[in-house]
Amino acid sequence: MKTLKDAKVGETVVVARLHGEGPVKRRIMDMGITKGVSIQVRKVAPLGDPMELNVRGYELSVRKADAEMIEIA
Amino acid sequence: MSITIALAGNPNSGKTTLFNDLTGSSQYVGNWPGVTVEKKEGRLKGHKDVVIQDLPGIYSLSPYTLEEVVARSYLVKEKPDAILNIVDGTNIERNLYLTTQLIELGIPVVVAVNMMDLVRKNGDRIDTNKLGEALGCKVVEMSALKGQGSLEAAEAAIAAAQEKKQGEHPHVFTGSVEHAIAHIEESIQGRVDAQVLRWHAVKLFERDEKELQELQLAQDLKTHIEQHIADCEKELDDDAESIITNQRYAYISRVIDRAVKKKASRHALSVSDKIDRIVTNRILALPIFVVVMWAVYTIAMGGTKVSIGTMATDWTNDVLVSEWICGNLGAWMEAIGCAPWLTGLVVDGIVAGVGAVIGFVPQMLVLFFLLAILEDVGYMARIAFIMDRIFRRFGLSGKSFIPMLVATGCGVPGIMASRTIENDRDRKMTIMTTGFIPCGAKMPIIGLFAGALFGGSGWIATSAYFIGVGAVIVSGIILKKTKLFAGDPAPFVMELPAYHIPSAKNVLHATWERGWSFIKRAGTVILASSVVLWFLQGFGFVDGVFGMVEDNNTSLLASVGNVVAPVFAPLGFGTWQGAVATFTGLIAKENVVATFGVLYGFAEVAEDGAEIWTLLAGDFTALTAYSFMIFNLLCAPCFAAIGAIKREMNNAKWTWIAIGYMCGFAYVVAMIVYQLGMVFAGHFGVGTVVALLLLAGLVYLLLRKNKYQDSELRVPVRSVAAK
Repeated sequence: MKTLKDAKVGETVVVARLHGEGPVKRRIMDMGITKGVSIQVRKVAPLGDPMELNVRGYELSVRKADAEMIEIA
Repeated sequence: MSITIALAGNPNSGKTTLFNDLTGSSQYVGNWPGVTVEKKEGRLKGHKDVVIQDLPGIYSLSPYTLEEVVARSYLVKEKPDAILNIVDGTNIERNLYLTTQLIELGIPVVVAVNMMDLVRKNGDRIDTNKLGEALGCKVVEMSALKGQGSLEAAEAAIAAAQEKKQGEHPHVFTGSVEHAIAHIEESIQGRVDAQVLRWHAVKLFERDEKELQELQLAQDLKTHIEQHIADCEKELDDDAESIITNQRYAYISRVIDRAVKKKASRHALSVSDKIDRIVTNRILALPIFVVVMWAVYTIAMGGTKVSIGTMATDWTNDVLVSEWICGNLGAWMEAIGCAPWLTGLVVDGIVAGVGAVIGFVPQMLVLFFLLAILEDVGYMARIAFIMDRIFRRFGLSGKSFIPMLVATGCGVPGIMASRTIENDRDRKMTIMTTGFIPCGAKMPIIGLFAGALFGGSGWIATSAYFIGVGAVIVSGIILKKTKLFAGDPAPFVMELPAYHIPSAKNVLHATWERGWSFIKRAGTVILASSVVLWFLQGFGFVDGVFGMVEDNNTSLLASVGNVVAPVFAPLGFGTWQGAVATFTGLIAKENVVATFGVLYGFAEVAEDGAEIWTLLAGDFTALTAYSFMIFNLLCAPCFAAIGAIKREMNNAKWTWIAIGYMCGFAYVVAMIVYQLGMVFAGHFGVGTVVALLLLAGLVYLLLRKNKYQDSELRVPVRSVAAK
């Protein structure tokens, strides 16, 4: 299973499925990361975590631990 | 008849600007009952009978964050007459997500598309008529920063409130979901108001915890509803909550296809993105961060020619308060023949006490001004992005860096700077630990003991910083594993808002709001505490007669000190002088030095108390001095900082928890250091055993497994694919 955590900087990926449950998953979905949406990995923070994404036309940062819940195609 | 309009929108959508614009100075800032979320309301300019209720900035009406729960329970229970939903036009897709939830509430909604000037500048077009048709509500344009369209938006909301017309609910969801929702609506009909039927039905479909708790449905009804949800989930191969979220976004995509024309392609780089490529660049981010922090620190707290904050505060302290007010007031009161005790109360008690606090105000205003700029520009979110990795290990947020940095100058603005941390737990943790950082006023204490007992060694000051930072880290790790900070895990899913040129109005407003709340605090809590301590210090029994005392040794405070002193015996400084100095340190930490001066019979001593070094060296050993220093560095901060803690916690229980924790932690650490130090001096006793037990306890608390573990060790428990 490939997750968003494995995506490289600059890569544009499509979300296949979201794993996990509860507040974290809901929050991720509320921010617009839903099945089928395209995400571009903009960069990784200087200390290696979190990562910055471009989704639905805005910039979002998520921790790698949370990015692991996002399965990509 | 008065009309209430609720202002709702995402964070960074310009809601604060709009609110300030609409209400001007008629604002009332309070708190939502029971929680530490700020509540603001005001009256619409030129419309005395229209109340604007500002809701916390939220992304959704999910049941998970404090802000969302506050906003939705207000909307559902208080039922405002209309909702004015502010939407960032440059980020319309995600902003409309909240809108799709607001229009289900059965309250007339007006959508105000903000930042239209930027939308046009980008070459994009938003067709508000088509948008309004699709959403079933009125849509207006505005540019809050330029003050364009704000009043028109409010007037549209008033009109909607008077009309009371409910728009048709748009068909957001697909057939099978709408079908299930219709069934749920049918089964709860009569239990809730007809207007909010759809809202409740959708929430039940999502299996919303808060909703299930509040509706208290009978078991058979729940089973019936559950059946419909399960059928739908099976058909769509996803869980109900995801189905709703996915379909809302899918609906928005369809609406946007019709009503919005974007010039740039998806994922294209905007100007803001280009700035960000440099500012949060992998290599440059940290150097830029250091430079920005250095600049903020130097201007507000530093000692250079550009340190406006320090200069203003020095002037206020030395010239305004000491010379002009205290000096002249004292002379004037003596001249008109006031009783010496009254002069003393006013000059030494009230003016000096409050003055010591007011002296911070200019420095704080400068600092808050700089922080407000960083916040308004959008750099604050980047700080969290850059520093998150380090701070989250100690249960803090990346944004905790600023309070900690500021606290090396003064803990009061440090604690107040914690307000930029949105997450409730991170903010509380930051408030509780910021006071451990050695502030400027603790330096004289360090100087005193370093000079008296350690030959002025620079290592003492260095070690004080290590102890402070160590206390923050240790406390962070211990506290995050306690029940106090347990609860729903707070994900770090944070928007990095586009960079803006800061608005002078917003920056000044934020600066003033924070400064003023501190001044108010100085006038109440801090004033009262200063007067009480002044009284205890200046009065006492001499030869059985109560009256003002010249010599502190005979004061009430000394009596109190005598009673309390044994408490400090296990720390090695069970003398009443030590106890009294610790108390006067509560007014301001540098008072500790002056108090020792007075207690040893010197009317005035230098800042580092050089005059009393030899006397102090007689009463203290290196070990007891170090233990005293540790205790005074870590225990309850000065009244001003306690006032700031109270203001920011906004809750008496949490204020006491914070102060109690700090004192307890200081006591334990000082005791461990003293008692184990005594072992090296060949002394072994009960105290040593207790200290060893405490140390073991501390290590256990540090290393124990977190029962309330959150994100880091999370295993994906339920995935629909695995079913």
